Amino acid sequence: MSLKHEIRFRLNGVEQRTSVDVGLSALQLLRDVIGLPGTKYGCGEGECGACTILVDGASVNACLLFAVDCGGRELTTIEGLAGDPRAQALRQAFVAHGAVQCGFCTPGMVVQATHLLAVEPKPDAASAKRAIEGNLCRCTGYQKIVDAIVDAGARLADTTAGDKQ
Amino acid sequence: MMNAVERYLAPTTLAQALAALATPGGATVLAGGTDLMPQANAGRVKAASTLLNIRRVQGLSAVALDGNALVIGTLATLATLQHDALVRAQAPLLVDAIDHFASDQIRNAATLGGNLCNASPAGDTLTPLLALDAQVELARLTDDGSIATRRLPLADFFIAPGRTRREPHELLTAVRVPLRGTGQIARFHKAGTRPALDISTISIALAAQRDDQGCLHDVRLALGAVAPTPVRAHRAEALLEGRRLDAALAAQAAQAAADEATPIDDVRATAWYRRELVNNLTRRMLDDVTQA
Repeated sequence: MSLKHEIRFRLNGVEQRTSVDVGLSALQLLRDVIGLPGTKYGCGEGECGACTILVDGASVNACLLFAVDCGGRELTTIEGLAGDPRAQALRQAFVAHGAVQCGFCTPGMVVQATHLLAVEPKPDAASAKRAIEGNLCRCTGYQKIVDAIVDAGARLADTTAGDKQ
Repeated sequence: MMNAVERYLAPTTLAQALAALATPGGATVLAGGTDLMPQANAGRVKAASTLLNIRRVQGLSAVALDGNALVIGTLATLATLQHDALVRAQAPLLVDAIDHFASDQIRNAATLGGNLCNASPAGDTLTPLLALDAQVELARLTDDGSIATRRLPLADFFIAPGRTRREPHELLTAVRVPLRGTGQIARFHKAGTRPALDISTISIALAAQRDDQGCLHDVRLALGAVAPTPVRAHRAEALLEGRRLDAALAAQAAQAAADEATPIDDVRATAWYRRELVNNLTRRMLDDVTQA
């Protein structure tokens, strides 16, 4: 029987209060305790990026994050990005470019790319490639994903420019 | 392994954290968690009775200049250091290594202190910090309740894979990188099958001063993943010290570095291949310095 510790945190904008085993990962907390399956379990050791979430705005591997360390922090999963303009642009671009095949890596890719667009609004292909170094895709060969990320950034930049006119 | 944990603490002051480390039974230190989590899951670490999360301790993540040193707080994440203007200006060799460190997601969580205390012979920040002659600061609580700090050259910090000279009641609080003047040479190379998320087959970090005559001084050449700890190639350094670099000297020093390496065969490479890498990549690095 392992030790439990109570934590409070914000998940997708909603206050949460739960008691977690000290050895539990944030990924297990999200999927198995809270029941949000959008964040995927791929490798469990930070190699594949399928479990990428945002914590206080920065992308991290949920499988490497201790759930107890989520106390007082703000977590955003793929479910919480449904209304996010960057994630929406990415979703449209992923569809347009055929960047989704089996789909298992897609939530992690979109969360990671959302983080990229937050720090670099109009990335080129080189930046997009660097940003998804920690996200494995076994279907697409990456080119379509890179194209989609670059396109999403360009479209967002155009929209922003249009708003200013 | 986390079944052994009887107490979880997330203090906000250094004194509280050090007090937790000083209790009987000790504490397993958690910061970014990116190494601790997979090691715990694989059963490779023996948990102490207390799991001590130091990430909320105030004042341990700052980057600042202190006299003639760049001081980096132990909790600074690698992503912070990668983009920090002061670090980029004063320790570009470290930034170069961090550019080759894992992935964006891991750099956003992993801390510099964690990478050092994990003490992997292949740790990406270890060779550049050795080449930069860095020191670590270790804090402990004294009997009268005050905080005492000692400094240790990083070169003396590592004992074996996963083992350092940090005592169980001590916390690594900061890394001090001495500032150098102009004429600084700095090169880093990590050999692996892909740039990201690879544990290095070998890594090489070189730092030196070059004078007006083109001679090298204060040469420090550090090698990763060729011994139980990251090591300095002292014989290669001695060959280079005070000499004017040319192709013949580069070849001689590279061979010396390869001879000093004591690598093992493992899944990433054979010992023979690692020596070949050290020889060829050191020579290439020195030739690049010659031509720069």
